[in-house]
Amino acid sequence: MTTPAKLTKKDFQSDMDPRWCPGCGDYSILAQMQTVLPDLGIPRENFVFVSGIGCSSRFPYYMNTYGFHTIHGRAPAIATGLKMSRPDLSVWVVTGDGDALSIGGNHFIHMMRRNVDLKVLLFNNRIYGLTKGQYSPTSELGKMTKSTPSGSIDAPFNPLSVALGANASFVARSVDVDPKHLQATLLRAAKHKGTAFIEVLQNCNVFNDGAWEHLTEKSVKDSAQVKLEHGKPLVFAKGTKGVRLNGFTPEVVTLGQDGVTEKDLLVHDEKASPSRSMLLAELLGPHFPTPIGVFRAVERPVHHELDQAQLAAAREKKGTGDLHKLLHAGDTWTVS
Amino acid sequence: MEAQPRPSAPKSVKEIPAVTIRFVGDSGDGMQLTGLEFTRATAIAGNDLQTFPDYPAEIRAPAGTLPGVSGFQIHFSSEPVFTPGDQPDVLVVMNPAALKTNLKDLVAGGTLIVNTGAFIDTNLQKAGYKVNPLTDGSLASYKTHEVDITKLTELALKDSGLNAKEVGRAKNMFALGMMLWMYGRPTEPTMRYLKEKFSTKPDILAGNEKALQAGYNYGETAELFGVTYQVKRAAITPGAYRNVTGNEATAWGILAATKLSGINGFLGSYPITPASDILHELSKHKHWGFTSFQAEDEIAAMCAAIGAAFGGTLAFTTSSGPGIALKQEAIGLALMTELPVVIINVQRGGPSTGLPTKTEQADLLQAIYGRNGESPVPVIAASSPSDCFDATLEAARLAVKYMTPVFLLTDGYIANGQEPWLIPDVKALKPIEVRFRSDPNNFFAYQRDQTTLARDWVRPGTPGLEHRIGGLEKDKLTGGVSYDAENHDTMVRLRAEKVARIAQDIPPTQVHGAPEGDVLVVGWGGTHGAIFTAVSQLRAKGKAVSSVHLRHLNPLPPDLGTLMKRFKTVVVPELNLGQLVKLLRSTHLVDAKSINKVQGKPFKVSELVSRIGEFC
Ligand code: SF4
Repeated sequence: MTTPAKLTKKDFQSDMDPRWCPGCGDYSILAQMQTVLPDLGIPRENFVFVSGIGCSSRFPYYMNTYGFHTIHGRAPAIATGLKMSRPDLSVWVVTGDGDALSIGGNHFIHMMRRNVDLKVLLFNNRIYGLTKGQYSPTSELGKMTKSTPSGSIDAPFNPLSVALGANASFVARSVDVDPKHLQATLLRAAKHKGTAFIEVLQNCNVFNDGAWEHLTEKSVKDSAQVKLEHGKPLVFAKGTKGVRLNGFTPEVVTLGQDGVTEKDLLVHDEKASPSRSMLLAELLGPHFPTPIGVFRAVERPVHHELDQAQLAAAREKKGTGDLHKLLHAGDTWTVS
Repeated sequence: MEAQPRPSAPKSVKEIPAVTIRFVGDSGDGMQLTGLEFTRATAIAGNDLQTFPDYPAEIRAPAGTLPGVSGFQIHFSSEPVFTPGDQPDVLVVMNPAALKTNLKDLVAGGTLIVNTGAFIDTNLQKAGYKVNPLTDGSLASYKTHEVDITKLTELALKDSGLNAKEVGRAKNMFALGMMLWMYGRPTEPTMRYLKEKFSTKPDILAGNEKALQAGYNYGETAELFGVTYQVKRAAITPGAYRNVTGNEATAWGILAATKLSGINGFLGSYPITPASDILHELSKHKHWGFTSFQAEDEIAAMCAAIGAAFGGTLAFTTSSGPGIALKQEAIGLALMTELPVVIINVQRGGPSTGLPTKTEQADLLQAIYGRNGESPVPVIAASSPSDCFDATLEAARLAVKYMTPVFLLTDGYIANGQEPWLIPDVKALKPIEVRFRSDPNNFFAYQRDQTTLARDWVRPGTPGLEHRIGGLEKDKLTGGVSYDAENHDTMVRLRAEKVARIAQDIPPTQVHGAPEGDVLVVGWGGTHGAIFTAVSQLRAKGKAVSSVHLRHLNPLPPDLGTLMKRFKTVVVPELNLGQLVKLLRSTHLVDAKSINKVQGKPFKVSELVSRIGEFC
């Protein structure tokens, strides 16, 4: 057998032209995905992209893999059934803030508590784009939209806190406008066993332009973001500032001031307790830099492996299913 | 097996053709077990039979109260039996609440066996009796046998070492022993069952065995019962038999379908009365390689099944009306993406939460029409507990042959009802043909088979066939998204035509009775037994009435229209306000008449005899 030629980015581009608005952050996410997949060594036919409803959920159409554009909020449930019955496939879920956290909130958390081996991308643009501009479950309090002309009165979800609360084994945040970081994060997620969740901060330039500008603008980026690296202290603003724990309370400190050195800073640990990861997830501007990177990456039992193990153990004990035996088990009698 | 020889000759043996017995007591009294064990013994003795359990709706209604009453009815005969019996001839009553709620059903002059030990003041009060009905003469018109089962069981287990509570729980075995004796049934099957059940609890086992034997001996020695009864063997088809409930038969049908199709099976389900037993049963058979998945909700259960079907697995979901309502959007996705999923609705009383433990047939139109858009889904129904097996196989076969979701309707009545089943010869079951496409040449996701209009089933993982599907309207060939007006029109008609073509798979409709006459009774689902028996009785009286029972409800059998024209009147009995009748009227322009009942209970034969009788 000849080894198949290595796949390229082009192999993952479908014949359908993306139809997102020009300038939409989704284009970059698609491009990074198509760049990363050839490196995974997985045959193209073994990838399946499953999505719900929303702008983000058009994603599968543009991937030249198997794909399923399902119904609003249900992608995790459909992907769970697929993964349980076909553990050999690499199954990706593409969703948005409304799809995952509003109509599909229940499936979203149950997928994570079960640790179903799915790679999940949540494009968070803090707005309903496809339905043309209503507030979403991640829109900020007071957000003025078509459906909230006087301002939203609903406090937003923090997607990472929800994921951590549901005990997700891999939780990360990346940004549409940071291709390198996004690629690296996608790779890490692909290699994780269990649910790998990535929140991608994504700009909807039509209905919520600049929602992440305070983090992503070149001029503020360094001081508004802190890149998480396992085993490294939380340093940002070009190495001038850091995050330190004062008891259980995080605080921003300036390195070199009052004798503060890197040794005093909070050191990132991806395998720390969920409450540590939660503390990072709750670091929000303007008083804190927003962490970007992998918040949590732990190993715990994977759903389909547990299922397969049960099936195998049962077969070991009882042999394979026999219909005749099944129907004749228990009390039977013969009429002659 | 032969009945065990009686140690001494009974006082007198009376031969009767059929009898209906109902065991009633508090839900803690073990009436279901008593009924099932009596059923087992009766089946082994060669009678034809049907049973129906009646559980309280509340899980833990306070002991001794009216809502806490649990019952089990068995109808057995030397003739073929199709229903669990209209009214009990014999009522075995374990406490006052059971008497209060069930006495009205007992036939006039029927036999009443009462556990007097439970007729104490507190229980009488809980049942709302001001005076003890055993002493005020109100039972004078029945053949009443008073037995202090409570005390007799205590005496029998005096030295057993069991505590008072354990002794109390054994009194159902005493009652069972008594009834086994009365109908000349052996105790061995029950003894065997007890040995299995209490294999790790020798004290309890010994106690139950003792109580059973004590009841049996009591029947024999007490002066109380003047006669015993004999119901002769029924003339039934030779072969191996077992008892089966509808839910068991459905679960085994699912396993059989995976075996016959040669592919893995998947169940996505969420607990709901009265369908949960299918999930429980399937969860026991992991060695079949069958994955049963308890999802986080009804929607996820259906969606997981769709995901499994997309992956090339034989997928099922099981639920009841309220759950089906939640699944409908996803069912629409399955029909749009043309993936095979069998959706089983064990119907219960509705609307909303309705009557979870009671039966009804009011979800037919929900199955046929209950989704947005033009969304045709094939619908079939099972007609009896054992028929659930065949109906499940048929649903799975249609699903993969036509690449479509398929509804199978059963109901609480046949799901929990039990009947003897001539176990099918596994080798004679028809294989379910499954073909996965692997040829990448000229592949279009929505290309169709010209006979069935089914598209190809493609497993992800097949090289060269990568494609995308979804809920948006599809291009009629490529399956890509299409907003084209003409294409939408074509696709809507194609989907309808595909389901309509299932008619080519429906065998000729069997008529019970003459092929023409005054009245044709058209039924569907779990009412089969009552309709069949009622029509037989009317025919015996010389009425020109026949009946047909429909397995296929969407599409309807192609010969039904002509068949109905051969009768002056078409009558449709249903446990709803007239759903099949609407379909018949609108599809065939017949002036079909309705017989309706919505009491959470099945039709009685007698009420059908009189109501059908009004038309002939
Ligand atoms: S509406 Fe917003 S999110 Fe949707 S495609 Fe346009 S820019 Fe992107």
